[in-house]
Amino acid sequence: VSPPPLAVTFEAFANLGFWSGVLVIAGIYAVVALGLQLNVGYTGIVNFGQAGFMAVGGYSMAILVLEAGLSFWLALPLAVLITMAFGVLIGLPSLRLRADYFAIVTLATAEVVRLVAQNARGLTGGNKGLYCEFEGVNQVCFDDSWRSVSDWMLGVVESFWADPEPLLPLLLVVWATVAIGTVGLGYLQRSPWGRVLRAIREDEDATRALGKNTLLYKLQSLAISALLGAFGGFFLALFLATIHPDDYEPIVTFFAFGVLILGGLASYRGVAVGAVLLWVLLEGTRFVELPISEQKTAALRFAIVGVVLIGLMAFRPQGMFGKREEMVLGD
Amino acid sequence: MTALYRERPVVVGSGAIALAVLALVAAAGLHDVAQTGLNGLTLGTIYALGAVGLTLVYGILRLVNFAHGDFLTFGAYMAYLVNVTWGQPLAAAILFAMAATALLGLLSERLMWRPMRSKGAGFLQLMLMTIGLAFLIRSAIQWFWGTEIRTLDVDVTDSATFLGLRIGQTELMVVIIGLGVLVAVGLIVRFSLLGKRMRALSDSIDLAETAGIDTRRVILYTWLFAGALAGLAGVLSGALTNLRPELGFELLLPIFAAVILGGIGNPFGALAAGLVLGVAIEWSTLFIEPRWKVTFGFVALIVALVVRPQGIFGKARVV
Repeated sequence: VSPPPLAVTFEAFANLGFWSGVLVIAGIYAVVALGLQLNVGYTGIVNFGQAGFMAVGGYSMAILVLEAGLSFWLALPLAVLITMAFGVLIGLPSLRLRADYFAIVTLATAEVVRLVAQNARGLTGGNKGLYCEFEGVNQVCFDDSWRSVSDWMLGVVESFWADPEPLLPLLLVVWATVAIGTVGLGYLQRSPWGRVLRAIREDEDATRALGKNTLLYKLQSLAISALLGAFGGFFLALFLATIHPDDYEPIVTFFAFGVLILGGLASYRGVAVGAVLLWVLLEGTRFVELPISEQKTAALRFAIVGVVLIGLMAFRPQGMFGKREEMVLGD
Repeated sequence: MTALYRERPVVVGSGAIALAVLALVAAAGLHDVAQTGLNGLTLGTIYALGAVGLTLVYGILRLVNFAHGDFLTFGAYMAYLVNVTWGQPLAAAILFAMAATALLGLLSERLMWRPMRSKGAGFLQLMLMTIGLAFLIRSAIQWFWGTEIRTLDVDVTDSATFLGLRIGQTELMVVIIGLGVLVAVGLIVRFSLLGKRMRALSDSIDLAETAGIDTRRVILYTWLFAGALAGLAGVLSGALTNLRPELGFELLLPIFAAVILGGIGNPFGALAAGLVLGVAIEWSTLFIEPRWKVTFGFVALIVALVVRPQGIFGKARVV
């Protein structure tokens, strides 16, 4: 007997492992979109290259562990620094450009990163991706150190929860990062530094006339966004247990923009809400037993993000928590 | 030299390109340069077709249309519908695809862009809507045709030899149809009243309006051109290789590159830059492994934007 159309499978709703996965993904997108919020919502620079920063972060970490033989804990901060330096390197010539040109340059840069990852096979594993490498008979994986921490955390949890969800440690770390990011960026935003960023968003020439080095501020904004992108890249790599060029397509950046717009521009707390809402919406479609194939379900996801972007921009450009008067509505 | 470039950018630009060609011939030999150049011309024709439409919309409406790539994909699948599903000849498929994509452009103007303009929507708002539209088109294509790779009913093996250079039948068709249509569009934009009005709108919509031009009508014609050219580019690209939902998005960045290199809003610049870019990308394979050629194209875009954001032929202004 085939299931009746549009029936909801209730047992799946209770599937803890599945929802943990959804929340991890939502958290990763929240981390990444926090950077976009700083850039787009508060500085007025349209960064379309966030997927590129994720890729630089993830690949640098894995390459440092697997090829250079560094410890995971040393590789993380180094990869963050590399990604931030990359952001500054890209921003230095391109942040002087008009907003639409900057958007295209960042998108192209992200694509160059992905194509290099795909083609520089010696370093990145090309289309096979990166995960483990053999050193003699020992297999070394980039996430070995994380796995041991994760196991230790699960051991602690086991004292009061017999069979804990294996994704729980990653879930906690990702959402702790979201919380720190949201609070930290909110704090920065209320500082004099944050006020200069908003001044740049409103009127860059006037801000420059007040003696502020606007390029420097925009670079800092981009570098912080790159930092958050790098963390998103680490978490994605740990979640998927592999690093593959296809996971860093421009689509990732655009989905993060969906999160950003849903939560609302110029609101940090909106980002987390937008991320959870969008991903529950995207993954929730799996439980509505539609009489359609897997491929059509995938098509439906694009339609959801498309409708979210168009509908919100047309009828509620401030999203859920954004402030209309703070949106860059004009040119 | 710099002063001369400022005075006569086209002359200096052509001179520089001629010098680069001579250097290439000296380094790689005439036959290889000519053969890869011919391949590049095919690729460049598709870039140019996409870029002319995109630059008209960009110049007149200040709309950075990220859905333009998916307009190409849409055209390709419309041709598939006629050519393979209904078994009609390719010529009919091309005409149908151009008409259908032009209609898509008109619909998007009527349903999205005109209402949003009258609301006074900003650049970011519109740009994110174009991304939403791109997702909707992609979703519809995946819904009806799935993600598997499809081919049009064309002979890709037959080729002609001319002066020792080999050109496939499909490539020849792409170049002849593509360049033919581009020349026709160029003549319309340059000499017809409609073309003159388009250029007036490109300078300033408000001024054109006060001069008594029916701007709504001209904008609709602009979308008609942009859609039809995108549809044609999509079919030709699909005939050259194959059809997949990412077809158009993969071409979007090189098309943007051609638009920017040609100077935004300048259809002749976009045409020339599209051809130059296609040829340059193929020539790059004389020195680097072919798998790097797409990367080379994007790096060229970034460098061009950073060094000369007003385009090769454009005059310096606020960018």
